[in-house]
Formats: sequence, C-alpha cells, structure tokens
Amino acid sequence: MTPVAAARSPQSSINPETRLKLYRTMQECRMLEKRAYDLFMQNLIKGTSHLALGQEAIAAGFGTAMQPGDYTFCTYRGHNHTLVRGVTMTQILGELMGNSSGLMRGKGGSMHLTSVKHNMLGSYAIIGAHLTIANGAAWSAQYRGTDQVAVCFFGDGTTNIGAFHEALNFAVIWKLPIVFVCENNLYMEYTSIHDVTAVEHPAADRASAYGLEPVLIDGNDVDVVYRTALRALDLARKGGGPSLIEAETYRHGGHSRADPGKYRPDEEVKEWLAKDPLPRYRNRLLQMGIGESELQRIDDETKAAVDEATETAKNAPPPPLELANKDVWADGGSAWRN
Amino acid sequence: MAQLTYRDAVAAGMAQEMRRDKNVVFLGEDVAAAGGVFKTTVGLLDEFGPNRVRDTPISEQAILGAAMGAAMTGLRPIAEIMFSDFFAVCWDIVANEIAKARYMTDGQVTMPLVIKSGNGGGARFGAQHSQSVENWAMAVPGLKIVAPAFPADVKGLMASAVRSDDPVLFFEQKSLYATKGEVPDGEHVVPLGQANVVRQGSDVTIVALALMVPRALKAADILKEQHGIDATVIDLRSLVPLDTQTILREVAKTGRLVTVEENPRLCGWGAEISSIVAEELFWDLDGPIVRITTPHVPLAAANNLEDEQIPNADRIVAGVRQLVD
Repeated sequence: MTPVAAARSPQSSINPETRLKLYRTMQECRMLEKRAYDLFMQNLIKGTSHLALGQEAIAAGFGTAMQPGDYTFCTYRGHNHTLVRGVTMTQILGELMGNSSGLMRGKGGSMHLTSVKHNMLGSYAIIGAHLTIANGAAWSAQYRGTDQVAVCFFGDGTTNIGAFHEALNFAVIWKLPIVFVCENNLYMEYTSIHDVTAVEHPAADRASAYGLEPVLIDGNDVDVVYRTALRALDLARKGGGPSLIEAETYRHGGHSRADPGKYRPDEEVKEWLAKDPLPRYRNRLLQMGIGESELQRIDDETKAAVDEATETAKNAPPPPLELANKDVWADGGSAWRN
Repeated sequence: MAQLTYRDAVAAGMAQEMRRDKNVVFLGEDVAAAGGVFKTTVGLLDEFGPNRVRDTPISEQAILGAAMGAAMTGLRPIAEIMFSDFFAVCWDIVANEIAKARYMTDGQVTMPLVIKSGNGGGARFGAQHSQSVENWAMAVPGLKIVAPAFPADVKGLMASAVRSDDPVLFFEQKSLYATKGEVPDGEHVVPLGQANVVRQGSDVTIVALALMVPRALKAADILKEQHGIDATVIDLRSLVPLDTQTILREVAKTGRLVTVEENPRLCGWGAEISSIVAEELFWDLDGPIVRITTPHVPLAAANNLEDEQIPNADRIVAGVRQLVD
C-alpha cells in the first residue's frame, strides 16, 4: 500500500488559523461526545447511541475542508459529522435526549441526525444505503451545474455489504462529484474487520476494482485528513470524479451504548490510545510554537459551551404530542385515506 | 383524443412532465437507448437527451438511492425498477430510507420522486417476474401507491405522481401494456387518491385494481346478461391515498362488497378495504364481504397453471353469485 502524497508531509502549509480551527473542532467533538456518554450514564439519554470518541480527526479534517454548499452523508455514528457542519451542541444533545430542543425534536434520535439547512443530509442507520443516496445528491449537483461535492462517511463494516459495491461502481461510471470516506476503526460492531474481510485494507484494497487510486491514510492525524480532504474535494469539484479514502482510526469505546468493547486486546487499546488524535495534535501545535494558554483557552471555551448546551437541552420540554403523527407527507399530515 | 396503448401512455405521461419541468430526470436499467424492456420509455432519450434520460447498471439499490439523493436536493427523479419483483433487492431504500426521511427529520426533507415498475402476472414469466407487490408497499407508512388500469389514467396519474412532493410507487400491469384506450391530447392530470366508478350497478359493488378492472368489467357484463345481476365496478387507481369515501358510498348503495385482487391472499389490499367496510358500514351490508384473490402460492409459468391462479371473469362471476344468489 502506497501512502498518498498528502500523507507524506503532514507539517507543511496549513496556516496557524486553520490549525487552531482543526484543534478546536476536534475538542468540541470530543467534549460533546463525552458529555453524551455521561448523560447516558445518568439515564437522561435513552435508546442507543454510537459514540465516535477517538475518531474526531476525520470529522474535523473533512468538516474544515468542506465548503458550506457541500453535502454530508454519514452513519449512525454521526454526532461529530453533524457538529462540524454547524449544528449546535444543544440541538444534538436535545435530539439524543428526545426533547423539543433537539434537531428533529425527538423524531429521529441519535442515529438520524439531519440538518438540511447545513447541507448535512443525514445520518443513516442501515449499513450501506447512504452511499447510494449520497450519489444522488452528487448527481443532482452535477446535473444542476453547481460545484457542490457530496462527502459520504461510513465504517469498515460497510465495505462488505452489496450497496458499497453498487454505489462505488455507479459513482465512477457517472463520474460523480463525491468523496467516499471509510472510517476504518478496525471493528464491525463486535467483530474484527480482519476476521471477516478478504483483503487487509477493506476500502483501499478494493479501490482498484473501480479504477480508483487506493488511498490509505492515518485517520488520527488531522493534518493528514485535512490535506487529503482538500485534494479529494478539489478533484471532485473540478469534474475529476469520485475518490475512495480509507482513514485508519480507532474508537475508544464499544460499538454502542450496550457494548463495553471487551473483545479488544488490551495491548491494541493501549497502542491506539497512544495515537489519540487530540493530545497528539495538541503536542504538535505546542511544538510549532502555539502557546499553551491559547490551547487552554480553546479547551475552556469548549467546555463552557458544552456545559451551557447541556443545561439548555436538559431543561427543554418534551416534544409536543402532536408531532407523533405529523410529517409523513409533504402536507404535514399522515392521512392515508379520505 | 388519441388511441394510445397503455405502454405508450407511460412515455406520454413522462414526456408531458419532462417538457414542463427540467428538474424531472429519469434513470433505470435499459430505459434510455433501448427504450425500456417493455418499450414504455421509447423516444425519451431522443427528446430529452442523455443528461436527463440515463441508463444504469443492474444495481437497484444504486438506482433508488440516486433517485432519493437527487430528490432531496432539488430534482424530481423518475426511477424504473424493471420488474416489481426486484423491489425485494432494494426494499431498504424504499421502506427504510425514502418512506421515512421526511418523518424522521421533522419535515426537513422533501422526497418528490416516482418509482415506476412493471408489476403483476399473466405474461408467463414465472414466480420471480410476475408478482403483484403493491400490497408490500401499502404496508409501509410514507409511500403513495398508484396502479392504473387504462391508458388515460396511466398518463394522468404519471403526471400527478411526478408533481407530488411525496414519493409515489407507480405500478404498471405488464399484461395491460398492449391494451389500447382513448387518451386526452394535451395536458392531462388525474389526481392521486381518487377512485373511479367505471360501471354503475345496483346489486353488488366490485372493487378492483389494475388488471383486475377489465376482468371485473367483463364479469359484470356476464352477470348482467346471464344472471340478471347488476354490478358497480370501482377502479381504485390509488391504494394510498385510499379513496374510502367512494368505496363506502358505492357499497352503501348496493349493500354488497366483492374485492378482486391479484395479490396472493394474505394481507392483500382487499383485506384492508374489507376491514374498513366491516367497521364503518356493517349495518348497511346485506351479506358477507367476499374477497377474490390469487391463492396464497407463488405464480406458475405454464399457461393453464397461471390462469388457474390469477382471478379471471369466471371466478369473479362465481364469487358474486355466491354472495347475491
């Protein structure tokens, strides 16, 4: 596997302002996701939730590289991808708590965060489906002659479902402006991806089947992710068609709320915690001469923002009961007969 | 008025809408250059060009996913699933994604798309290319469903389906493709959710859909001529929204209801209509409700076996006589 050019020089040519934005975005993702975990433990969030603790560099790198008009499609592990498009922390926590402050006022829940006005076109909970749907948004951009790009995030497990194959082939033959991003966190739910996959790198090793360049990157290095994102977005915007990027990363917890992740060897967890994208980037910024106080200020501001959002979301009333049967149809109702 | 085949009325309806709105695009397997395996889309590629009329690989999930993503972002796509049996390989996109997106997002997402598909039996294609699956769709909240019986309704319902801001499944009965009928020239639009009383009688109300409509009409002629029974025949045209007002009104007049479905027996749409009539019109009924359906079996390929399975005029006559005599 040949690393792409972008991955070879992680230190070059990202301005300090952007670097601070990358750091802040990762920290916001981290602190919000940790807060979601705490709220689960307090039984304030019901149902399930799939946290992306440890995978912040991918959401932050892409979110920072994307233009406001670009489309995001992601999976049920999508809190970070939603936050980085500009949705507020209150709306995310409110949706997790199922109350009226939520992004969809409790009608979608943790796995379906969607904000059309941010071009965040959805979190999808059936593996593989959204790759085909993201193609449609990319096709629409192509047909309408805009320079929008669709970015579609998915996990390693998705590479083994049929829709992955259908979507990749389709995107290439129609030369769609789309970037497919495999967040390989080494586990499909509870099972190691290596135990169930014919190739070592579940996405990158399959790229050649679609005539695409294999792109395998360190998904825990936000500079690498950011550069790779810029390159793929630029290619798509210029009419160069799709990219398939495999970003290696690790989730710090289990698959979902119900899973403590005990199947993972201690050594492996230790090794990956050492590659945690946040302290790693913090150290890099310090080495580059950015002051500790500046980073501390970002940390403090982020914590205050999460605290405030938590309080606002906690105190919001439940959704109005009338929502239960609203908005099946475009007329706002749910009538199936006259 | 022009005489058009059911097949040509499909293209006529699509072309009418594509001329009107450049956001209407069309994709599917063999639909562009070949004009569709049933020749329902001949001429669209020539008139609207390869950006609007696009051939796809054999990838039903990719086809419907593309239609959905395009519908979410400003287009009004029409997608073709060649045989409705193939919905089984892309049902996730239909039932989990397209149908639920508006609801789950608190109304943020609008889904103006049409999925057209060749549905139903009678063409000797065997069990995997002959099913009537409109009742699968009826079980999913969030899908509108039409299944026309006549060329004029094909054109007019296609127009309404394309203009709808909700997803519409448009079922074309394969055995009707060669049938002909009068189709209005110029703009022709038939609203979704309006049943059509195609024959007015006084003794029994027969509710039918798609291929079952001409068969019910034939049965009504036999009933009148040979048995002195005068039947009302309702062509439902839409399953969702369901025109229960027309059904209830006509059943109240005759006091008797017979539903005729091409679906296999269990959970066919006739069961829902029977339930509604039983709940809301029980004291107006003069006898039990009769459901005539395909038996609860897969469809066979051989002429005589398939004919034995799908309801025909003789079976409808027998079902009505059992109720009326």
